[in-house]
Amino acid sequence: MPRAVLTKMLRETPFYGAVAFFLVLAAFPFYWMVITSFKTNPDLYNVTHVPFWFNDPPTLEHFRYLFDKTLFTTWLLNSLIIGLCVTGITLVTAVPAGYSLARMTGRQGEALGIGIFLTYLVPPTLLFLPLSRVVAGLGLKNSMWSLVVIYPTFTIPFCTWLLMGFFKALPVEIEEAAIVDGCSLFGAFVKMAIPLSLPGILTVVIFTFTLTLQEFVYALTFISASDQKPITLGVATDLIRGDIFYWGEIMAGALIASIPVAIAYNLFLDRFISGITGGAVK
Amino acid sequence: MAAVSTRNIVKKFGELAAVNGISLDVPNGEFMVLLGPSGCGKTTFLRIICGLEQQTSGDLLIGGDIVNDVPPRARGVAMMFQSYGLYPHFSVRHNIAFPLRTQRVPGAEINKKVAWAAQLLGIDHLLDRRPRQLSGGERQRVALARALVREPTALLLDEPLSNLDAKLRAFARQEIKQFQQRVGVTTIYVTHDQVEAMGMGDRIAVIDHGQVRQVGTPSEIYDNPADRFVAAFVGAPPMNIVARNGGYLGFRPENFLPKDMIKDAAFTEFKFRVDRSEYLGSERIVYGALEGFDPKQVITAKLPPAHVADEWIRPGEWHLFAVRNSALRHFDDDGKRRSRL
Repeated sequence: MPRAVLTKMLRETPFYGAVAFFLVLAAFPFYWMVITSFKTNPDLYNVTHVPFWFNDPPTLEHFRYLFDKTLFTTWLLNSLIIGLCVTGITLVTAVPAGYSLARMTGRQGEALGIGIFLTYLVPPTLLFLPLSRVVAGLGLKNSMWSLVVIYPTFTIPFCTWLLMGFFKALPVEIEEAAIVDGCSLFGAFVKMAIPLSLPGILTVVIFTFTLTLQEFVYALTFISASDQKPITLGVATDLIRGDIFYWGEIMAGALIASIPVAIAYNLFLDRFISGITGGAVK
Repeated sequence: MAAVSTRNIVKKFGELAAVNGISLDVPNGEFMVLLGPSGCGKTTFLRIICGLEQQTSGDLLIGGDIVNDVPPRARGVAMMFQSYGLYPHFSVRHNIAFPLRTQRVPGAEINKKVAWAAQLLGIDHLLDRRPRQLSGGERQRVALARALVREPTALLLDEPLSNLDAKLRAFARQEIKQFQQRVGVTTIYVTHDQVEAMGMGDRIAVIDHGQVRQVGTPSEIYDNPADRFVAAFVGAPPMNIVARNGGYLGFRPENFLPKDMIKDAAFTEFKFRVDRSEYLGSERIVYGALEGFDPKQVITAKLPPAHVADEWIRPGEWHLFAVRNSALRHFDDDGKRRSRL
């Protein structure tokens, strides 16, 4: 073997080794989810079977059970409605807030932005106690609409902060030119700042939707009626009955819920990354 | 009538006065250059005129009307930014049409005016492109077309050539100037580059620390600077200024010549020690110090190279130099120009 090839291999082996390690680490839970959701129950519960592949032929029985015998479609629909409403509320508030903080406040704006971001870090396990009073006061106990009210408390701070970085990265001359060319401040914001920061806004949409889709603590606290549950809660509470885990159905539910997110991330991955890092580096 | 006129404009950022009482009249059709070092307040002043900043006090008149509280869109001025500020998500056509659309001009007229502006600047063939597909010079023309399409009372330009390379800059300078003369639009042009100011301006306002130090034609500014700041800021290399008799004496490097080159007029003599000499093709710049003055102060002489051979002027040598008395400028100890002694 030529020397150059050998040194190249030696140099690159640790790199690809590390990549392989993290690939397995990241992909294994998905793999486990996929095979579990298609395994028959006898295959799942036979301890003599090797758990890493199919010992019996795959089956769709868990999916059938999920759709026919549970409220799975309701949960899906609930999650979708909650996600859309929260995304809408977040956009309507975080876009103008991020813009104002980026453009109109100078140094105090920066401090305020960090302050707003910090509220995102307060854990839900601390906040659900006071928030339960708010939910009760609004008459939204045991209703999925309570989540539509609650979720923006953590999506708005993060998205405001994210969009602030995005707006800061836009050259201010574009908006100023629009103002001199006949726009009001609001007109320049709508006609210039918003279209030019679409990647950031798209990031916010994906991020918000994902956050609401995966939220669990608030849903568990505020909702007990099965037909009001979002998918995370429904799968976890209605498919674990006492000490019986409906593993196949749980994994099937998780698989279905993860598909739209996976598609969204893959379609917009590049934009998403520029959204996360946008404004961080010049 | 003055197209743009300011009366004692002051702009304070906290305690700091960026603009400290500027009164300036720019007549119709004039090309006025605001020249000053960076941070002197010239850009802030321009932003006050177009309404992007609000002055702390003072009056601003555009077309004879006080417009202190009029929003930018209603002032009838157009601005071209340093980075042009083109709208990257619009086509060139849409960029140029934008100021008309915001004014709700009817569609047919917009098309007519866009075609007029595009043809004027020779960018007809670029109308369907996006700004990022254009070269620097083309972007400048689009920005100019966008500024002119609504026929503003005044055109404001904020260092438009500063992000062009040197070669393109000379060309763009000429293009802007020719264009301004053809259209006849009142223009206020901000720059820190004295070559741009001298070459383009009908008049120049030299600004320092938020105040106008002198307003005048390029030759007035150059030949009769009002104070030491103007004298030292304009000209490359700048005017030599030495302390003498409780005041200051100034002379341009090109007037500081070997004594034998001055024959026909009264002159003042200096002994000049040569420290360094640069041959620049069309001229030779000689650096040195004067006998009887601060030895650390660098004095420059700009000599026609044909007259002075290398072997004649060498580092370390002393030579007799002189300045025609008519070319000497005298300043008080506070820096103001003194009437001739």
